[in-house]
Amino acid sequence: MKHLTRKASLQVNQNEGLIFEKSSPGKAAWKLPPLDVPEVDTVKLLGASERKDLGSMPEVSEIEIIRHFTRLSTWNYAIDLGMYPLGSCTMKYNPRVNEAVARVEGIANGHPYQPEIISQGALRILKMLSEQLIEITGMDAITLQPAAGAHGEMTGLLMVRAFHQSKGNARKKILIPDSAHGTNPATAAMVNYAVENLKSDPRGMVDLAALEAQMNEDVAALMLTNPNTLGVFEQDIHKIADILHAKGGLLYMDGANMNALVGKVRPGDFGVDVMHLNLHKTFSTPHGGGGPGSGPVAIKKILEPFVPTPVLVTNPDGTLAFDYNRPQSVGRVRAFYGNFGMFVRALAYIQANGPDGLRQTTEDAVLNANYIRKGLEGTYDLPYSTPTMHEVVFSDKLQAKKGVRTMDIAKRLIDYGFHPYTTAFPLIVPGALMIEPTESESVEEMDLFIEAMKSIAEEVEEDPQTVLDAPHSTRVSRLDETAAARKPVLRWKPVV
Amino acid sequence: MLKAIGLRSVDDLFAPIPAEYRLNRDLKVPRQLAESEIVDFFRERSRENGEGYTSFLGAGAYAHYRPVIIDSLISRGEFLTAYTPYQAEISQGTLQSIFEFQSMICELTGMEVANASMYDGSTAAAEAVMMAVRLTGRRSVVVARSLHPEYREVLATYATHQGMPLTVTGFGDDGRLNLEELEMSITAETGCVLIQSPNFFGTIEDVASIAEITHNKGAMLVVSIAEAVSLGIVEPPREADVIAMEAQSLGVPLGFGGPYCGVIATREKFVRQMPGRLVGQTVDKQGRRGFVLTLATREQHIRREKATSNICTNQALVALMVNIFMTVYGKVGLRELAKQNLAKTAYAAGEFAKHGKILFGGAPRFNEFVVQTSEDSKAINRRLLEHRIVGGLPLKKFYPELGNAALWCSTELTTRSAIDGAVGLLHERPAQAAKERPAQEKEKKEEAAEVAR
Repeated sequence: MKHLTRKASLQVNQNEGLIFEKSSPGKAAWKLPPLDVPEVDTVKLLGASERKDLGSMPEVSEIEIIRHFTRLSTWNYAIDLGMYPLGSCTMKYNPRVNEAVARVEGIANGHPYQPEIISQGALRILKMLSEQLIEITGMDAITLQPAAGAHGEMTGLLMVRAFHQSKGNARKKILIPDSAHGTNPATAAMVNYAVENLKSDPRGMVDLAALEAQMNEDVAALMLTNPNTLGVFEQDIHKIADILHAKGGLLYMDGANMNALVGKVRPGDFGVDVMHLNLHKTFSTPHGGGGPGSGPVAIKKILEPFVPTPVLVTNPDGTLAFDYNRPQSVGRVRAFYGNFGMFVRALAYIQANGPDGLRQTTEDAVLNANYIRKGLEGTYDLPYSTPTMHEVVFSDKLQAKKGVRTMDIAKRLIDYGFHPYTTAFPLIVPGALMIEPTESESVEEMDLFIEAMKSIAEEVEEDPQTVLDAPHSTRVSRLDETAAARKPVLRWKPVV
Repeated sequence: MLKAIGLRSVDDLFAPIPAEYRLNRDLKVPRQLAESEIVDFFRERSRENGEGYTSFLGAGAYAHYRPVIIDSLISRGEFLTAYTPYQAEISQGTLQSIFEFQSMICELTGMEVANASMYDGSTAAAEAVMMAVRLTGRRSVVVARSLHPEYREVLATYATHQGMPLTVTGFGDDGRLNLEELEMSITAETGCVLIQSPNFFGTIEDVASIAEITHNKGAMLVVSIAEAVSLGIVEPPREADVIAMEAQSLGVPLGFGGPYCGVIATREKFVRQMPGRLVGQTVDKQGRRGFVLTLATREQHIRREKATSNICTNQALVALMVNIFMTVYGKVGLRELAKQNLAKTAYAAGEFAKHGKILFGGAPRFNEFVVQTSEDSKAINRRLLEHRIVGGLPLKKFYPELGNAALWCSTELTTRSAIDGAVGLLHERPAQAAKERPAQEKEKKEEAAEVAR
């Protein structure tokens, strides 16, 4: 506990029930203007379709609503409070200018079906972001339509399938390394491909011999995260691409870890055919407690005929328009054009950085991860000594001897004022601690983190029970997840 | 820091990347901009994006008033800059608010359980259909032609590789589903029927009859709701097995089509086949109430290729907007709000009827109506645009059988004078200026291509 006070201390926080528990008849937080058209007889207009009662929807005042949600908010940890080192999630600072520009009148309130002639502002934003993401990834074309990373994966694999189909054989399976995100195999299943696992070699990279042996004309693509989920750059990436391409397969890159590459190396230059980006990771759009995300998919020319409709095109007079006539398209993956509000924020982020800033962001992210690796090496087991890019993966091997596992250490970290790292992932590292500081952290904040982690390691030796029972300082202690799943209570119900 | 790590230069950090792939030049993106320049840039784009126009567009994206406290509250960094609430002890704020969202969606839709949100209404509908197919073990799907055409397109994309054949079923003269055709469309292989209510034309479906026909044939009924404000005064489709809703109209900005907030609601017995995140109530070691993400064994990070869906990120912050909106209007306000929409639309439809034909008059509608005119809808809209009015959505591209028809929408924000102004311009028909012809020809070609497909 010796460093506990340096980062955080306890503070009173407000209790707050469910909003339904504050409700009573007659309270209201709304006011409508007087009706400027005749009143209507709802019975006459709706007949049997009229709703008579809105059940237990709450009735509360405005100050109660403000206090309710403000109190709830204080129970959350957030990037705005401190380091949020969730590996693979890239929890970087979310610039506030992004939020401001997303709320400018014509951008916030543009209707998706307003005529193109009065939508040139939005279309220009789509075009600029598309061009800049193509430049950053080194690819040839892009679709912004997918709503999140996993949705982008699905879109990418749909294009892969359409490509193979156009050659007469859709093929049967997708190769996925054992270190991959769970969305990869789940996505392959949605596109009706079988999943075949690919083992990692002792360096934590794709085993080339295994790939060579497993690659054949049934394989549609390899889905690879690079740097992979160990934070390791796949050094043989071009050989991997060559092995795939020799048998007509494609290389799909999961761009979840693109924050390690921007401005330094481009996937399009090392053999990738199709990849998705997570604008809510690399390009600073807020995670918002689990969305909205945005998962653009960048592709090489060979896949361009298959992109979802509509496709943004430039008219001869320079104005922008949507082209809906794409006979080879995989179709739509979402209504309208994607999570436009996230495009606005991502473009503002790129503008605020420029070429120098984007490069430095990547350098700082990698530098920070290596600084943490150096600081904790020896205290925690480092299962792979391969050089680290933007995130570092330790294991709980040393602490497990005392019965303390990665989740316990993570929970204890909460008492020290930090959000936990990613636990128990990737699956190839038993008891993984996956730490990604991002470029946003200062050396002072990282020093506090390293101190906290070292202090916890000492506690494991001296008083493991304190760690096993953590967290001690939160509103609620560890919650009974088994009971939650066994007898699910998924909604509030009025007491009868 | 470099010294601490034992390196001489930042380039050493990138040594693992083979030299031939490293980028040895600047990215070709514009130079760094100052904050003031960024703000100017987007203000400029805003001016080119329909700023200051009066709009009569709906069709799956609705302009309703957004109480200011929505943005005050969702801008709190503790909501805005938090991750998915995996670490429950320091995420109770997000978790409790999602639990409240799920509860209110249940109240609003008449269902027993609702998830934490989906990407949007279109993907929620597609996922709800896949869920019903898993539950019934029957793979084919009957889809209403009066479902939002873009939702139909999304479903077609999702269904292609799931081995789910789609059959489209039509609507009658009153805009409602043709029940005889529906009955004939459902076979022993039909897993579910997907309809929308209020449907794409704003017409409220006879859900009870549709459900009866569907259930009698052993299929499930999935109802898509694109205009959630309707639920303030329109009876929810309680007879449905699954509801897939777009909650945008509850406090989410139009935002040129996204981000929006889909959500799936269903009966308790089907919950283990429901995709997406779920928050459940439980207790901590001391017996205090708390909330956690639950039933994760349905999800991709546990089940990988056997998961119910690949969905990971949802729309949490947008769901929070919806949550706050529902809380502000509540039990009484939601009804009064819906009633104003109904009144404005009844007035608008009455006025438009003086200069065009209102289709589908035989059935109740909420806040949209279809106007058929002798003049081409796009020509009318071009005229309105000169007066900074965005007219109804021309339907020829989606429903060529309706001729010159457009889908108009009025909400509580549509003023009487705006309606009167648009109606006044509807019957006025000046000679077409010569310069407009090339644009019209291009549109005709596009329409021909659409129809051909």
